[in-house]
Amino acid sequence: MNQPEWNKDAVAAAIDGLKDKPGALLPILHAIQDSEGYIPPDSVPIIAKALNLSRAEVHGVITFYHYFRETPPGKHTIHLCRAESCQSMNSAGLEAHAKAKLGIDFHETTADGAFSLEPVYCLGNCACSPALAIDGEVYGRVSPERFDEIVGAVRAEA
Amino acid sequence: MSTKIYVPCDSSALSLGAESVAQAIVREAAARNFEITLVRNGSRGLYWLEPLIEVETANGRVAYGPVQSGDVAGLFDAGFLGGQQHALALGPTEEISYLKKQERLTNARVGITDPVSLDDYLAHDGYKGLKNALTMAPAAIVKEVTDSGLRGRGGAAFPTGIKWNTVLNAPAEQKYIVCNADEGDSGTFSDRMIMEGDPFVLIEGMTIAGLAVGATQGYIYLRVEYPHAHKNLNAAIAAAHQAGYLGSNICGSGKAFDVEVRLGAGAYVCGEETALLESIEGKRGMVRFKPPLPAIKGLFGQPTVINNVISLASVPIILDKGGAHYRDYGMGRSRGTLPIQLAGNIKRPGLVEKAFGITLRELLYDYGGGSASGRPIRAVQVGGPLGAFVPESQFDTPLDYEAFAANWAVLGHGGVVVFDDTVDMARMARYAMEFCAIESCGKCTPCRIGSTRGVEVMDKIIQNQDKARNIQLLRDLGDTMLAGSLCALGGMTPYPVLSALNHFPEDFGVDKTSEAA
Repeated sequence: MNQPEWNKDAVAAAIDGLKDKPGALLPILHAIQDSEGYIPPDSVPIIAKALNLSRAEVHGVITFYHYFRETPPGKHTIHLCRAESCQSMNSAGLEAHAKAKLGIDFHETTADGAFSLEPVYCLGNCACSPALAIDGEVYGRVSPERFDEIVGAVRAEA
Repeated sequence: MSTKIYVPCDSSALSLGAESVAQAIVREAAARNFEITLVRNGSRGLYWLEPLIEVETANGRVAYGPVQSGDVAGLFDAGFLGGQQHALALGPTEEISYLKKQERLTNARVGITDPVSLDDYLAHDGYKGLKNALTMAPAAIVKEVTDSGLRGRGGAAFPTGIKWNTVLNAPAEQKYIVCNADEGDSGTFSDRMIMEGDPFVLIEGMTIAGLAVGATQGYIYLRVEYPHAHKNLNAAIAAAHQAGYLGSNICGSGKAFDVEVRLGAGAYVCGEETALLESIEGKRGMVRFKPPLPAIKGLFGQPTVINNVISLASVPIILDKGGAHYRDYGMGRSRGTLPIQLAGNIKRPGLVEKAFGITLRELLYDYGGGSASGRPIRAVQVGGPLGAFVPESQFDTPLDYEAFAANWAVLGHGGVVVFDDTVDMARMARYAMEFCAIESCGKCTPCRIGSTRGVEVMDKIIQNQDKARNIQLLRDLGDTMLAGSLCALGGMTPYPVLSALNHFPEDFGVDKTSEAA
């Protein structure tokens, strides 16, 4: 299977810079995902070798944590909150609207590659429910109309 | 003369447009040739008024809110730089009754200072606790914390001083202070407010903990969903280093302490202390068997203090004003204050720091103003996704660990999520099981399998299949998870599930009179 291109130098630099920290694996995975957008499966043996772990151990850690992903995300990632506080303010309605508007389900990316949609269980914005985050920026009191505005504005950005 | 204007950098304020308000103020001031100093403070926690901006006047700070960028020109026209009237004017900030009636000990500076300014922190009583601690023997610091009556604010409510004492008496070359900043409970944001709005208080608390037990390294395990907290913590750590409040020679005492932030990766179970330690060690966040306790064998196998953000952030004021000062607040065995977070379907959501003893009814109506939708409040979930649903008949219960336990409920981390009468409690019970299934670490069977079976049983109940048998099955499953799970995730998921069933049987299609709790 063809794998997308990823920056081997950036990954090597992340591993080199962090591998001597105690408990280095999570900081390394974060650094790689920050630079590449995901953890390229081909980078797993390199990480494993540097930390003297088995590939299975590294794979096990990547797949345990919801935040780490092994496929490239869309240009923007929308994290939509599904937790109780947002539910009390009809996040179920917002979720249905978002999925219909984007034409995708959770863990999918739009055909044009613009947006990935992921569930999240609390953004700490519970006083302004329902909430979502796009590329780490949180938005509160998101009605379906506001969702369309926000997504439109993000799409329009260069 | 330059006028000081405060626009919060708190992520909830930003989520409502605070950044564009700040930019509009700078733009408008430049166009009108007004000299202003813009301070990005934390939030006061009056979230229905965010973005809440403040202007420093001769008569103190005056508030306006909620302000959108389109309101800014009008505010300048009205003369808000002089504290003049405007439709959005709220008067002197400290006089807003929601804020005025609070007892802010842990959150004393949040919303007031520039979070990353060490000078501002020092000017508002910062590092006074550490100064005292540096003159005390380790056992005396531990005793002060024990005397304060402080109990773990993460949810388990274990006495902090007793935990510290165990680590103090555990001989080891290397000990650790770990701060649990994996605030994953829905309806909670007080850790975030501290880390974004007053990060130095957490760093000071950890430093004091290090002195007390003989630890030289601290880790803050922060959830990845909090990027603004990450930024402010790192800025505060760098500033504390620069000024000698962290490093190899704290304030010239010869004592060493360092702090590093480590990011989680979206696993709720890593808020469980032993899973959190595994995660810092670079592993899957699998819960450990206890004993050994982390206080004896914790991070990297060494004695470790692991405390919640609020617990550690309450330590500086205890060492500054004394354990007795803190203990004088509260009721029964719940001493001091609790930062309560009002969230969900509520008219005035926000942070209410009060002494233990306030009732839910006071919080929901006097502070919260009832539901946001205007419909009757039917249930509140206190203590996050593992907390019980509380019906209206129990709203007069005082916030006190023991009083809640007597109702088979928990205070947890102080989050209160409000639901109006449109809520379907059977759906909420199903969600609690679903959440447990998604977040289970998989180590113990009652949680790993029980949660998935729980979703299936709830689906059958909702579809009206073999009702009596499935209700009994749900109760049996709840017993198994309660008694047989390794940690609170599986062990407390029955709280929301069974409290929903006991208090709202009609939503499960069960006759209210035949299903006594």
